[in-house]
Amino acid sequence: MASVHAIPSVEEEFIFTSGAKTKLLIGGGIGLAMVLIGAFLLANGSGHEAAEAAHGAAAGAAEHGEEAAHAGNWMTRIWANIWVNAVYFTGISVIGMFFISYNYLAEAGWSAVFKRIPEAMPAFLPVTFVIMLVTFFLGGHDLFHWTHEELFDPGNKLYDPIIAGKQSFLNTPFFLIRMVIYFASWYLLWRILRNLSLEEDRIGGTTNYYKSIRYGTAFLVVFAITSSTSAWDFVMSIDTHWFSTMFGWYTLASWHVSGLAVITLTVVTLREMGYLRAVNNSHLRDLGKFVFAFSIFWTYVWFAQFLLIYYANLPEEAIYYRSRFSGYGGIYQAPFFINLFLNFFFPFLVLMTRDSKMTHSILKVACWSVLIGHYFDFYTNIMPGSVGANGGFGPVEFGFILIFVCAFIWSVSSQLTKANLIPRNHPMLEESLHHDIA
Amino acid sequence: MHVTSPVRPPLVTGAKTYADVTEDICRHVEAKPTKEWWVAFIISVVVLIYGTACVFWTWWEGLGVWGLNKTVGWAWDITNFVWWVGIGHAGTLISAILLLFRQKWRTSINRAAEAMTIFAVLCAASFILMHMGRPWMAYWALPLPNAFGSLWVNFNSPLVWDVFAISTYFSVSLVFWYIGLIPDLATIRDRARNKVSRFIYGSLAMGWNGSAKTWARYEYISLILAGLATPLVLSVHTIVSMDFATSVIPGWHTTIFPPYFVAGAIFSGFAMVQNLMLITRVVYKLEDYITLEHIESMNKVITLTGSIVGVAYLTEFFIAWYSGVEYESYAFINRATGPYWWAYATMMTCNVVSPQLFWSRAIRRSVTWTFFISVIVNIGMWFERFVIIVTSLHRDYLPSSWAMFSPTMFDIGDYIFSFGFFFTLFLLFSKFLPVVNMAEVKAVLRSSSETLPKKVAGVAKGERMTSPTYNKDVQ
Repeated sequence: MASVHAIPSVEEEFIFTSGAKTKLLIGGGIGLAMVLIGAFLLANGSGHEAAEAAHGAAAGAAEHGEEAAHAGNWMTRIWANIWVNAVYFTGISVIGMFFISYNYLAEAGWSAVFKRIPEAMPAFLPVTFVIMLVTFFLGGHDLFHWTHEELFDPGNKLYDPIIAGKQSFLNTPFFLIRMVIYFASWYLLWRILRNLSLEEDRIGGTTNYYKSIRYGTAFLVVFAITSSTSAWDFVMSIDTHWFSTMFGWYTLASWHVSGLAVITLTVVTLREMGYLRAVNNSHLRDLGKFVFAFSIFWTYVWFAQFLLIYYANLPEEAIYYRSRFSGYGGIYQAPFFINLFLNFFFPFLVLMTRDSKMTHSILKVACWSVLIGHYFDFYTNIMPGSVGANGGFGPVEFGFILIFVCAFIWSVSSQLTKANLIPRNHPMLEESLHHDIA
Repeated sequence: MHVTSPVRPPLVTGAKTYADVTEDICRHVEAKPTKEWWVAFIISVVVLIYGTACVFWTWWEGLGVWGLNKTVGWAWDITNFVWWVGIGHAGTLISAILLLFRQKWRTSINRAAEAMTIFAVLCAASFILMHMGRPWMAYWALPLPNAFGSLWVNFNSPLVWDVFAISTYFSVSLVFWYIGLIPDLATIRDRARNKVSRFIYGSLAMGWNGSAKTWARYEYISLILAGLATPLVLSVHTIVSMDFATSVIPGWHTTIFPPYFVAGAIFSGFAMVQNLMLITRVVYKLEDYITLEHIESMNKVITLTGSIVGVAYLTEFFIAWYSGVEYESYAFINRATGPYWWAYATMMTCNVVSPQLFWSRAIRRSVTWTFFISVIVNIGMWFERFVIIVTSLHRDYLPSSWAMFSPTMFDIGDYIFSFGFFFTLFLLFSKFLPVVNMAEVKAVLRSSSETLPKKVAGVAKGERMTSPTYNKDVQ
């Protein structure tokens, strides 16, 4: 399809225009305004909702009667919202690193041409790290039941022997150490890979390529463990009693397909802005296949976890789905099904055909479906255990999504300006430019 | 236009022409069996005969000849079944998933790996039949309308899901393998020197004429079958894992089982492919086609899947503690320190530690090490299933029914049967069918040869030059 003469220049500078910056600032501003309005409404109407909460809580939903009243605090909902978005965007950012790492390890050629996009994503990690750290310090008690000292004190009436049994893992110092290790290892390895990639742009050769394979592999080893443990820490420990061995890979599958959707969406958007002319239909189709395949993979993991818990019907496990399906007055039932619809049925049907995977508009619709869907995925995993019956979907939720999206786009855009949009000396670039799977 | 980056290592060495590929692979099909082949074949058949006698006795006398007891109701039978099904996964992974990922190194190994899949699945199925005790009633596992009153399959049972998953998987693998064989069968047909083989290979080649249209269809159907086989390969071991995970037995009921079983299956399957290919490579002198690059790539897959399995082991162990569920914690501590600690230690060493040796480039490019570690891996994967099945069962909820399992000579003999069966079939395959996909190797020759000959088409050599078997002018 693409003959030698048809390949456009590989010299492309991305310009982060002041118009785009203004739009992002306005977007963030609107988000902030919505959060403030939403918070004001919640703060004034919270007494009413808290009363309902005490009634609505399903069996086992609130682990201790006293906690239910406490959860009525509208600040909990603010913290939980920040946490949902921060965890989600941490995942999307780190998947940029994951994607380049496994592409290096697998000696992939086709992806070289748009490699700068996943490479730009992990720059957002320090932002989410600070946000999560601050949220944990200020709102940790609202989000994480296990941060309450009295659960571990046998003399206290709130003593919980099961949670006390987890103390050597679930305690604040160790949690913080782990969090620092995750972000530090992910970010530092990304910095190394990024610098090697930028140096390759300047001096060429294959030394940096081989080094990148090594560091990429090192990251995969680190991520093999930290992806699971971070999922236990950031999400699973919110429902402190509950456990599932699948949960680490489940969260990884969720992060992964979201990250792929962001990469695809960014490639498509840049093409529509006139950049990345060297990306052809074959690249788009392969990106589409990745989103298609890994949305099915996520569904596989989701279903395997659900089926096994449903089938065995052990109370300590099944309560997780029970509280999401019919607990808290059923308020989480809609997100539960939206999650499945947007993450499986819709992308599955839309991306099924060959031509749809190289059509900009269809790719965009499918990627947005996956991205909105996985927001609901984290929403249904985090909200019931933290805000319980006080959850909902209003200005606060929309506002925080808007703030995080604008901040993330800002971060990626400013990273993209720092290097040529196409890694001009990548040893696989020639293969990638001629990528043709017609 | 396709470009191959100079950083890619070559996949075919020795400056092969298309004619060389045909010659190198067809030679073994056309020549008389070698002495080594006969020795190996006779040993396999003897083993098969012994095994068949054991299986016959198992059916004649009943399952009481096995070492099962009322506490440990599943042991070697299901261990062997899961082990063989797992081994089968590598063939589909190579032929389907690596095709979807456009990995050119699959072309030299896909044929033998797919054959291995089919034979491994047959071996696995034989344990299901053995375990039924009355194999002539095997069709009761299918939802066939019948006149037996209320007799109907229990669709709630993962064992029934298994029947569908494995039979579908077997059919698709067989079709995939056969379709891939057709162009090569036609090559052998065209080279055949006597009427019998021309008739047999000719019938099997189904009138393949090598036109552009047939090639286009060949590629189309390969992609479609790859698309079908990919979810199938995941579903098969997923459902096998659900035979255990849907229960409420500590150590079995854990949600990570489906993907972890799939990873383990690919892990052991690749090890078996390594063992078979390393021998075939030497005996058939295929070093130019199955290069150290191929071996290294497969070793990388072994390390990757072995590490995934390792992460799953650690996750299970951790969550067993984290859950605070007394039974679950006990099941895992009992695995590691109870009376079957040696099985657990074998599993951990073979599956988690040994593949990590492949981090060394020297080891993963060493034929001897690769062969050795691949054997170790398959020992480890057998023990994994044994550990999962027997250690979870032998400690019942009631301490009064706690028991141990010891295999009888029929447990062992029936396992030996599957080896005889497997190797007999594989040796027949390696004699009568081309072990490497000639057509697909030719397709990557231009892009992936170490050095290209002056004229890549090449010419027939020696005797074939003076007396060609196939004269186009006549027809």
